[in-house]
Amino acid sequence: MAENKLIDLINITKSYGDTVVLDELNLYIRENEFLTLLGPSGCGKTTTLRIIGGFENPNKGQVIFDGKDITNLPPNERKLNTVFQKYALFSHMTISENIAFGLKISKKSKQYINDKIKYALKLVNLDDFGNRMPDSLSGGQQQRIAIARAIVNEPKVLLLDEPLGALDLKLRQDMQYELIRLKNELGITFIYVTHDQEEALTMSDTIVVMNQGYIQQIGKPEDIYNEPKNAFVADFIGDSNIIASTMVDDRLVNILGNNFSCVDIGFGKNKPVDVVIRPEDIDLVKPEEGTIRGRVTSLIFKGVHYEMDVMANGHEWLVHSTDLCAVGSEVGIMVDPYDIQIMKKPESEDEQAVEINDSM
Amino acid sequence: MEKWSHMKTNNKLTHSKKVKSNKLKWLSYPYILWMMAFILIPLFMVLYYGLTNKDGFFTFENILQITESMNRKALRLALELSIASTIICLLLAYPLALILSKMQMKSNSFIVLIIILPMWMNFLLRTIAWQNILEKTGIINNFLNFLHLPTLNIINTPAAIVLGMVYNFLPFMVLPIYNVLIKIDKDIVNAARDLGANSIHTFLKIIFPLSMPGVLSGITMVFVPSLTTFVISSILGGSKIVLIGNVIEQKFKLGTWHTGSGLSLVLMIFILLSMAILAKYDKDKEGTNVW
Repeated sequence: MAENKLIDLINITKSYGDTVVLDELNLYIRENEFLTLLGPSGCGKTTTLRIIGGFENPNKGQVIFDGKDITNLPPNERKLNTVFQKYALFSHMTISENIAFGLKISKKSKQYINDKIKYALKLVNLDDFGNRMPDSLSGGQQQRIAIARAIVNEPKVLLLDEPLGALDLKLRQDMQYELIRLKNELGITFIYVTHDQEEALTMSDTIVVMNQGYIQQIGKPEDIYNEPKNAFVADFIGDSNIIASTMVDDRLVNILGNNFSCVDIGFGKNKPVDVVIRPEDIDLVKPEEGTIRGRVTSLIFKGVHYEMDVMANGHEWLVHSTDLCAVGSEVGIMVDPYDIQIMKKPESEDEQAVEINDSM
Repeated sequence: MEKWSHMKTNNKLTHSKKVKSNKLKWLSYPYILWMMAFILIPLFMVLYYGLTNKDGFFTFENILQITESMNRKALRLALELSIASTIICLLLAYPLALILSKMQMKSNSFIVLIIILPMWMNFLLRTIAWQNILEKTGIINNFLNFLHLPTLNIINTPAAIVLGMVYNFLPFMVLPIYNVLIKIDKDIVNAARDLGANSIHTFLKIIFPLSMPGVLSGITMVFVPSLTTFVISSILGGSKIVLIGNVIEQKFKLGTWHTGSGLSLVLMIFILLSMAILAKYDKDKEGTNVW
């Protein structure tokens, strides 16, 4: 596909002292894409963003932007803008002055600046806030001003560093929709950093799952959720049952001593694999109808569904179901073939390294 | 059982905390007493002496002493020299504070230490040391003589006094500015750079305005002691240069308490005035908190 690579990160390595934060990272971002860097703290996602923004310099590697090498360009010469986690508004300036800051530097006319301020405030639904000081605004409002301040400069790319991290849940969900709306209205590229998998799944076109400085998987939200490439991704994105199993043959996997039919092929015969089964994909049936028998050991009401632990063949299965099975009752476990996701056991050195680091 | 014991200890904790804070209140009483005895009462005494004559009648005479040409000159010179030393301190301290704040020190206490280190020596001793350095037969002139250069006449000039003021009060300018600078969120600076500002613009529009509370605090802490000093001026200025502080000292030494108090009140007005001006610009009240 001849898709336009707007940003291309080539062999980016970054370390602080002895700690390697990013190791030979390669990643490209397409024009007009909502890309999310997702991972636990310390996975290198924020460092990646800061390297794109120009606040950190990589030890090795190149940052290509629109076909040009910008690796050594300072932030003020890059055609992208950042929204910081703690808003980073200029507390000694009014909201209007904050928004006008970038425009004044690029020596835009007064009329243009005033129009832009009005437009930006309208875009973030804070029309009458121009003369207020940042401190008098709530966290959510301050973050929207930070976004307004960034987008008036018409950047090609907006970098967002956990912008919703400091907000409460309800506000965060509202802001998620607002960000999607903004993205569609502006038609620019968003690079978003978060550790919140739900946020990533809701907003992104593409998710990049990172851990320990390595990219674990790149894909659409559905693919990341339904077909995690390895145990880390499966575990990080949503709840899951990850079980070490054996691939008996194409389309047949042995999980804890029982054979399940699945849809995966090409893993070889009698090869060890990891199996991921999402808790909502497990059907609890009458004991004699299931592939495996087990006993319910705990039951929690979660609102939308019940969360149950089922002990079967020495493994505690996590099950989400709208049907209630009382604690102590015997049940059968059934899984549809296409709900079983087979993952290769880590083999390559990189993957191995991640595994080793993980267990530390 | 276990839960119970937890609750009990919790109760005990909150209880003992309450008792402690009550006890701690008592600890402040000696200071309040001290303040009453040695700050408030003398202040009222100065006020009383300043506004009365020998017979105890109310008068503005003592305050009006400031219009006398010698006193007026002393006040003007004191204002000039203290403003000069404040400006020099600011010019020296700001870059230093900026550099120190950018150094990624593991602990701030090290920086505080190197700034405070000179204060480990007695204030008088340090000033007298400068006298020895600047004297006609002092270290600097000995060195210049050795090189067959003409001698410098610094001692007993206003310049020597300003030097003494700057040397003694510089730490009071560095510390508040440094403290404000290290508190500025790095992402605020990053945001300015991100929006297209180069480093000079970022400094002028963001860092400097945000550091104003520290600057104002530093100005107060240098200007006020400089204006009132009589030690530095008498050691480094000789007998010919008289600042208002020296005049007041003389008045008290000669037993004319009424005049001395009157002139002190005038000086106090100038100090309060300068602090009021600074407080007006200081929205965060950080500068005035010091006093």
